[in-house]
Amino acid sequence: MAHTGVLRPGFIQLRVLDMPAAVEHYTKRVGLHQVTEGKDGRVYLKSADEFDHHSIVLRRAESAGVDMMAFKVRDDSDLDMFEKRIAEYGIAVDHKAASDVDLVREAHQSRITVDHVAAGEQPGLGRRIGFTVPSGHRIELYAHADQSDPKPRTLNPDIWELEPHGMCARRFDHALFYGPNLEEVLNFFTTVLDFKCAERINLPDGTLAIWLTCGMKAHDIAFVKHPEPGKLHHVSFDLENWQSVGNAADIIARYDISIDIGPTRHGITRGQTIYFFDPSGNRNEVFAGGYTYYPDNPTRIWDETQIGKSIFYYERVLNEAFLSVVT
Amino acid sequence: MSPLYTIMVEGAGAATCSGAERVLVALERAQGLGKLKGLPRKLPVGCRRGGCGVCRARVVEGQYRHEPMSRAHVSEADEAAGLVLSCAIYPLTNLYLRFEMPQLKNSISEPTNIT
Ligand code: FES
Ligand SMILES: [Fe+2]
Repeated sequence: MAHTGVLRPGFIQLRVLDMPAAVEHYTKRVGLHQVTEGKDGRVYLKSADEFDHHSIVLRRAESAGVDMMAFKVRDDSDLDMFEKRIAEYGIAVDHKAASDVDLVREAHQSRITVDHVAAGEQPGLGRRIGFTVPSGHRIELYAHADQSDPKPRTLNPDIWELEPHGMCARRFDHALFYGPNLEEVLNFFTTVLDFKCAERINLPDGTLAIWLTCGMKAHDIAFVKHPEPGKLHHVSFDLENWQSVGNAADIIARYDISIDIGPTRHGITRGQTIYFFDPSGNRNEVFAGGYTYYPDNPTRIWDETQIGKSIFYYERVLNEAFLSVVT
Repeated sequence: MSPLYTIMVEGAGAATCSGAERVLVALERAQGLGKLKGLPRKLPVGCRRGGCGVCRARVVEGQYRHEPMSRAHVSEADEAAGLVLSCAIYPLTNLYLRFEMPQLKNSISEPTNIT
């Protein structure tokens, strides 16, 4: 597959209530490494199996949740290309709506404006463009990241350069966000950012959830319908296999980490999973497996009769927290 | 060993909680043992770490210490008035607690035909 435009999830910035507790959780338990701490107190983390400077950013705040998620694009010129496409998308929406007052109002809501973040605002990163999608989440794109240690070697690389520790997270994999206007979010990601919809849940009263991919994983970002904008359901880390998911469960029990559900499996994406919470109440997931998605694959659809299996394949029913507990 | 305290939950019954234990976690344990039968619905348990807000309650009586609680769910004024996230508090005396959960913000109709 010729991979152009948006390559993959790059990093996510989370709000935490207690920085030392958060750093201990993500480094010792999840298995990441601290790269650096910025002058403003933000802490930058990565897995030893990732090349780029960082993939998780922690910011001390009074409320938990997510500030933004950023995707890496292939070339610097892609940033200009996407900025132009986002502007044209807004004009197209305005144009289509010009004759109808209600539609004009909606068009203004779905019009997305781009702002610029200078290189170096986060250490090791080039310039970024940012915008807020109709679910209320800030998304950013960037083309350049320095590499940082620890990272895999490229000449005669070992399976790992540094012994995996804790849950042995191999990378920041994806995030699930909660917010309104899913149809607009879907339209924007697929027509402007060239994502594909790998799976979705359709209820009689509309779309409940969408799983979007920019590559060959079953998902890179997903959204569930929710009245409050900008909410975080979970941030997910890739593990090697089912055995690693079991190891993560042992760590969750040993260190009294707050568990939500699992180990279990998702019908959607087929991933093997555990949901648990960081010390600020942000939900984490460790995730192994998942099918390969090719861009010509059709969208897989779940309806209300099998919604339990779609999320928790073994339990076949949603737990109470799935739709209601977010930060 | 931490001293043991009694947590009275309005309309539901009593649970035992040590001074080193999160009150909400002690209530989960009590419910698992078949106590707190008077609870109107399942105990509101989310993140257990002061972030999501579902376990919000009012401490009507008693002293406690607490870990950080998200300001999105308990403002400074709320906190001064005794509102807490019950997963983020530890008892210093016996407590009398009343759940004041936020309206559940999302719900869908019960799925049919789950086999
Ligand atoms: S359970 Fe999430 S704040 Fe208490
Ligand atoms: Fe996930």
